[in-house]
Amino acid sequence: MSSGDSQKDNHWHRTKGLMILHLSIWFIFSFVVHWFASNLNQITFFGWPLGFYMAAQGSLIVFVVQLFIFVKQQEKVDRECGVAED
Amino acid sequence: MAMKGTFIDNLPKVYGMYTGGFLVFIALMAFAESMGMSAEAIGIWFVTFTVFIYAYIGWMSRTMQVDAYYVAGREVPPVFNGMATGADWMSGASFVAMAGGIYMGGHPYLAFVVGWTGGYVLVAVLMAPYLRKFGCYTVPDFIGTRYGGNLARFLAVLVLIVASFTYVTAQINATGTIAAAVLQIPFELAVWIALGAILLCAMLGGMRAVTWTQVAQYIVLIIAYLVPVFWMSMKQGFGSFPQFEYGAAVAKLAELEVMHQVGVLKPVAAQAGLSALTVKHSVASSDPIAAFRFVTLVACMMMGTASLPHILMRYFTTPSVRDARRSVAWSLLFIFLLYFTAPALATLTKLQVLDPSLATSIIGKSIADVNALDWIVKWSNVGFLKIVDSNGDGILQINEFFMRGDIVVLATPEIAGLPAFISGLVAAGGLAAAMSTADGLLLAIANALSHDLYYKMIDPKADTKKRLIVARVLLIGIGAAGSAVASLRLTGILGSVAWAFDFAMSGLFFPLVLGVWWKRANRAGACAGMAVGLAVGSWYLYMVKWGGMAPWWGIDDLRFGIIGALASLIAMVVVTLMTAPPDAETQAMVDEIRVPKGKSVLDMSH
Repeated sequence: MSSGDSQKDNHWHRTKGLMILHLSIWFIFSFVVHWFASNLNQITFFGWPLGFYMAAQGSLIVFVVQLFIFVKQQEKVDRECGVAED
Repeated sequence: MAMKGTFIDNLPKVYGMYTGGFLVFIALMAFAESMGMSAEAIGIWFVTFTVFIYAYIGWMSRTMQVDAYYVAGREVPPVFNGMATGADWMSGASFVAMAGGIYMGGHPYLAFVVGWTGGYVLVAVLMAPYLRKFGCYTVPDFIGTRYGGNLARFLAVLVLIVASFTYVTAQINATGTIAAAVLQIPFELAVWIALGAILLCAMLGGMRAVTWTQVAQYIVLIIAYLVPVFWMSMKQGFGSFPQFEYGAAVAKLAELEVMHQVGVLKPVAAQAGLSALTVKHSVASSDPIAAFRFVTLVACMMMGTASLPHILMRYFTTPSVRDARRSVAWSLLFIFLLYFTAPALATLTKLQVLDPSLATSIIGKSIADVNALDWIVKWSNVGFLKIVDSNGDGILQINEFFMRGDIVVLATPEIAGLPAFISGLVAAGGLAAAMSTADGLLLAIANALSHDLYYKMIDPKADTKKRLIVARVLLIGIGAAGSAVASLRLTGILGSVAWAFDFAMSGLFFPLVLGVWWKRANRAGACAGMAVGLAVGSWYLYMVKWGGMAPWWGIDDLRFGIIGALASLIAMVVVTLMTAPPDAETQAMVDEIRVPKGKSVLDMSH
């Protein structure tokens, strides 16, 4: 196996790690949080019932922030493994 | 004004000027209104002015190059591609129907808001960068090359057409509804005018024209969506950033719901197509079935997002893999701006109607007074609203006021007593949302037929000119078919939109994801996955919608993708494992798409 291949293996290994990390966060804010919406609604968050807030805004903010962070992280992985473009 | 450099270099300047020009136009309309121009004339001005601009951009972007026609020359910068995706994505349903759905349906309806944003996490993490590296023109192009063989390509085209055609009829329907209302012409005629406007944007320049009109349409639709909400919020004293401050309004609504007995008083007699408010705004049911229905709807909308070809193909237009990934994040940000506003809009509008301390409220008022209000008269006349004094006391109760949820966004400026030019702006925004999505969908269908079916399978020797002429003829044909179906008015706007997501996820989600993430996945498995997913999903939809079958665990026709995708996954994995692994060349190709560096896969094979 050439060093190019091991670099690619390393890159894919780290890419998969990032994928699992981000899909876990995604899973929590897509499903787990809303599964407990009626319990969360007992808590008030700046006037909103928390379960309603998470569906109307909270999860959405998490997704947006998460994606910009993911982009940074993946670009770093690509660079460090020498497979970034240019 | 002289421009240095290419069009791409000048994008911020061009669209900055465009946005400024649009704001000036809004100010002009406000001025015209104060000078006595009628609301109808203002509406017509807004719609014709914006459509004229889109058509102008479409004309300027005309092309006879294959790369420009199919993937906008792969030169769209991430931020602008994000805006174009935003317009491509946010349909008539998002713009017109979503806030109304939340207004009528409360918390359960927010599953759409969560699903239609979170899906982009899947797009960014699992798909877009890899498909961009692949370098294809269409989604079936990826399936056809990754798995090999005409059958795989054909099945991908089939799923694409079923999903996108379901979706596009709803968009032509929405475009026609708005055109009919503003221009005051019959709906059956309006859908054909709508189609003409849609084709003007897409036909001459393909993806390049659609890209640059979609950016323009995003700017119109987001301004049109945000302005009324900010205005209404300032008027009601909920601060200048209602999205972050409407918590107090939600709390207030909960008190008013008790006072007006929302959910206690039920309608005495049903009104066809209309409904009275019976659901509390922010209450989430503690019933596990309700939670299950919420998360399954979220799952369908997300996986559908990540499988819809008209969205995925937007990421083929960026200059690089890195830009494709960045562009998904920008897309989500631009979409988020509208989606986190929709619940605020629904909340503030509902408050306008329910809060007796506001002059605009109608519940608890005398029915004679309410019937004299302009917006009540206007929307009653077209049958979208109805007041029935079922207990005969002359006072309007919550269960005596019926309306179609779809009208909330369009009627909000009137309900809240905002000036008429705001209504014209909102109509232009709704039109931009529906037209831009229709453009993307029509192009996705026509491109799959012209590139995958005609060029790749029927006539691989066709020259560029012939290919592009075929592409345009197909575009017109598909558009005409869509309009013909839309004019039959088979389903409401939202029903068919949700189905499009379910069809797409049933047939394409796993073949696409596993094509990148599972090297072992092979042709037989992918074909089985697409065929079984589409067949089982369609069968389940038919059985629960028309066949009289009781839905399994509350999975109704809006969620049939759960069943379809599950069947697709099982079929794909089982058949793949029973047949031989893909050859070394295919495995090397998968390795290649996993790294951003280097030429695109299709470029190397040419």
